[in-house]
Amino acid sequence: MTSVSSELHPSASKVSAAVQTLELTRKFEDLVAVDHLSFSTASGSIFGLLGPNGAGKSTLIKMLTTLLPPSGGTALVAGFDVVRQPREVRRRIGYVSQMLSADGDLTGYENLLISAKLYGIRRPERTQRIAQALEFMELTQAAGKVVRHYSGGMIRRLEIAQSMLHRPAILFLDEPTVGLDPVAKQAVWHRIQALRGEFDTTIFMTTHDMEEADQLCDVVAFMHSGRLLAQGPPADLKARLGPDASLGDVFIHYAGASIAEEGEWTNVARTRSTARRLE
Amino acid sequence: MSHAHEAPLAAWSDAGWFGFLRQTSAVAEADIRKLLHDPMELLTRMVQPVLWLAIFGQVFSRTRAIPTGGLRYLDFMTPGVLAQSVLFGAIFYGISLIWERDLGIVHKFLVSPTPRAALVLGRAASSMARSLCQMTLVYLLAFLLGVQLRFGIGAFAGVAAAVMLGSAIFSTFSLIAACIVKSRERFMGIGQVLTMPLFFASNAIYPLSMMPGWLRSIAVVNPLTYQVDALRALMIQGGTSMFGLRIDFAAQLFAFAVLVAIATKLYPKIIT
Repeated sequence: MTSVSSELHPSASKVSAAVQTLELTRKFEDLVAVDHLSFSTASGSIFGLLGPNGAGKSTLIKMLTTLLPPSGGTALVAGFDVVRQPREVRRRIGYVSQMLSADGDLTGYENLLISAKLYGIRRPERTQRIAQALEFMELTQAAGKVVRHYSGGMIRRLEIAQSMLHRPAILFLDEPTVGLDPVAKQAVWHRIQALRGEFDTTIFMTTHDMEEADQLCDVVAFMHSGRLLAQGPPADLKARLGPDASLGDVFIHYAGASIAEEGEWTNVARTRSTARRLE
Repeated sequence: MSHAHEAPLAAWSDAGWFGFLRQTSAVAEADIRKLLHDPMELLTRMVQPVLWLAIFGQVFSRTRAIPTGGLRYLDFMTPGVLAQSVLFGAIFYGISLIWERDLGIVHKFLVSPTPRAALVLGRAASSMARSLCQMTLVYLLAFLLGVQLRFGIGAFAGVAAAVMLGSAIFSTFSLIAACIVKSRERFMGIGQVLTMPLFFASNAIYPLSMMPGWLRSIAVVNPLTYQVDALRALMIQGGTSMFGLRIDFAAQLFAFAVLVAIATKLYPKIIT
């Protein structure tokens, strides 16, 4: 009975890891995108997943957010099994994909309204949380504008706002600053840090940006060919290579020579078109 | 810090039947709000029924070669043109799912706790709302052309029900096709291939009695046939239903239920 009750109470799972996988595997025909991965991330931390294109980062995030069923192994997210209890997982996570999840044909306010309704947030709480989210993301002025006319940084902030309305325990961000200029990037970083401070949210993000990983993440992990090669605080990983090593050096050390040769055509096309739209 | 450790939500108000209905209507609301921002799409839908009624109908009214059961041909074909306009509107509806998948919007819906059936039904509901606009247009046009329409609350309500059900059926069918073919190019091809056979293998512009046996056996499993059959009785003075309204609606409801079950199963695969 004890194991059952700990599964039913999210507060009990809060003590344990935010994400915990055991031998998690995903195959696409012959290709093993995620290869018997076992790791965990601590609650309340900002966790950065690094690795070259085709390393399996997006596949891993899709499995953790219940979008893709694993071929084998298990994953617990916020204490719930992604295969057996997908709805419980979905209630407790937020997800901002690499692509544009805000609807360009709706206003910022409408995007937030629809998200709130999908998560069953009722009035008057809904009204209050939407107003608060707009203010927090500095979008109050633009709330009535159609999102198509937003800048890239504004769209990203709106997307993060809409994924936070239901106060998820864990927020998954798939390359949150891809295609943004340095100023917009800084604004997004500040909001991510503020979210953790304000709501105690665990952040699980992927990135290609070493500066981003270094500044933002408490713990980073390097992924290559579906496996995690190293995991730890950025300072520790850099120290392992030498006194002057940067996180970029660590990346090259683990990714080796095979860098970026595996990206699929559709993925490349998508990333580029996302970047273009955000400009 | 005041929000730290705030419970996600006190009680899961996304649960239960009311939660399900609220989520379904949220999915529909997103689409209807988009339509309100840009109603151009509805206006382009006006062209086709105008062509069929004002040109094809006018010419074929003179032939008197088609056994219409005592109706003028224009009166006979008006319910068929309404059903066709709803069919053509709904059958390409699935492309919006592919489009939203390419953008990344579908992912947002799929990571939310919204049941997959609510995602499917919500899209059907927004298609129903669109079909009511088409219904209004065809009524207006038919009235101007002097079609012998039935007026009355019962007639309007019945026509609206048949139109919405037809739209729900074909938009869900379209959603299934989108989940299978997954790309816009292939979907456009499939859409073109499907619409004409669905339309011609039905009683929309000629009665079942004129069809060769093989075509009739296709027509009786085509949901469009039952929609048109119901519309003919409900919409036109002197119009009668061949199967009876009860069977017309039962057949459509059955088709819709089967399609929703299939679409619910396939929906998450759109992103894989």
